[in-house]
Amino acid sequence: MNLFIAALVFIGETARDVLPIAVFLFVFQRLVIGEPMPHRGQIAIGFLFVVLGLGLFLVGLEESLFPLGRLMAEQLTNPEFLQSVTGKAGNLTWQDYYWVYLFASAIGFSTAMAEPALVAVALKANAVSGGAINVWGLRVAVAIGVGVGVSLGCYRIISGLPLHYFIVGCYLIVILQTAMAPKIIIPLAFDSGGVTTSTVTVPLITALGLGLAEAVPGRSPLLDGFGLVASAALFPIISVLAYGQLAEFFGKRSTSTPEPSAN
Amino acid sequence: MKESLLTLGKDALHSLRDLTPIVSVIVLFQLFVFRAPVSELLSLAYGGILVVAGLAFFIFGLRIALFPVGEGLAQSLAKKGSAFWLLAFAFALGFGTTIAEPALMAVTGEAAKIAAADAVIEASPEALRHYALLLRLTVALSVGVALVLGVLRIMFDWSLPLIIIGGYLLVSILTLFAPSDIVGIAYDSGGVTTSTVTVPLVTALGVGLASAMKGRNPMTDGFGLIAFASLTPILFVLIFGVVSQWS
Repeated sequence: MNLFIAALVFIGETARDVLPIAVFLFVFQRLVIGEPMPHRGQIAIGFLFVVLGLGLFLVGLEESLFPLGRLMAEQLTNPEFLQSVTGKAGNLTWQDYYWVYLFASAIGFSTAMAEPALVAVALKANAVSGGAINVWGLRVAVAIGVGVGVSLGCYRIISGLPLHYFIVGCYLIVILQTAMAPKIIIPLAFDSGGVTTSTVTVPLITALGLGLAEAVPGRSPLLDGFGLVASAALFPIISVLAYGQLAEFFGKRSTSTPEPSAN
Repeated sequence: MKESLLTLGKDALHSLRDLTPIVSVIVLFQLFVFRAPVSELLSLAYGGILVVAGLAFFIFGLRIALFPVGEGLAQSLAKKGSAFWLLAFAFALGFGTTIAEPALMAVTGEAAKIAAADAVIEASPEALRHYALLLRLTVALSVGVALVLGVLRIMFDWSLPLIIIGGYLLVSILTLFAPSDIVGIAYDSGGVTTSTVTVPLVTALGVGLASAMKGRNPMTDGFGLIAFASLTPILFVLIFGVVSQWS
């Protein structure tokens, strides 16, 4: 019953977020294009499904998966837990946090796989590229990037490395890869950074970052808790560019850029 | 009708597959790392069913509403040939969807607390609210500008890598001058702006525009709008930091 009420609340909140966008689109179509929205009925039903779907999705996450995920982030960064695994009292070095890195990469990977915005972009890229970009392949590539990004972001919080060194280092890698990667993948790769950090990934990794910054001596949650989202958004660019490079390397047989076609 | 139901069913199966990694990570860590009994297994199953159904509904709505609307509008605007309305639409879409973004409100609230702790602003609730609102406006403005830039890029065929790399350089230089406590917030704000509803609309806008214009390839020219929307917030927030340091 509680779940039912929670579901209604979430659907209501989603409707509040989506309704202004829908109204704007309809009004713009009517006033500026000067024609009524084509297939109005179908579009309205579609928006209803988007609201209903996002609402159910969020309530499922908030009521069951996130509490467990947050609890785990707290438990993993708990000094007592770390002591019991490493057998050390205090003076932990960065290697002692291996469960944190493992959890960070696993949760980064798996949340990115379930990110609805990423599904949307992958579907579009697949249709536009005439099948050359594989939906599943792109999502796995992005998810690997998020996993590595979150894990390295945790290492950064633990080691205390300044965030801007880390970010500028990533920029250099992206620039080098951009010079070498096939042209077709570059815009998609740059897009994939912003796409992955949406509904699912941000709340979970934020909890992890804040927990870590609180638990590691000498870090402040206010200052060091930030930066995980940034690294989760940067590494997919690197991994998708790498996916393009690997696909080109192994697929020399079809080097010509496929023409977009309706399929 | 029967076809749509079939698609919906297929989407549900796919969503089930997409959710498996999260559930396995949580269950495996519970069982093997914390050695705790999975007493919440039932609630986990409920939640899982809701997430799967939700994701399937969302993708279904995406296919029949968000994608066609975004592309239809982009194509009508391209046919109308009015650059003004196209750019106005892009700006309004970016600004409007970002200003109401819940994730952004959370981040700007945190940022105000940091600024107050560092005595950049007064610690009164009034000053906190004012600072958070200014920051939110800055980010929303930056996303509006990003989409305008992105549309201009498609119209004039500017090079995406050059602009993005130029942006990276600017970010690196601004980082040197910005107060250190805003750097983390700035970098993160690039990730939080693009929500689940905005991403499909913006993607459809770019792809629709690139397919409606002659000589543009939807694959190499249509994507890239989101890339701008995740870069400009970093720049604008860093500038915000530099400016608020002076005043």
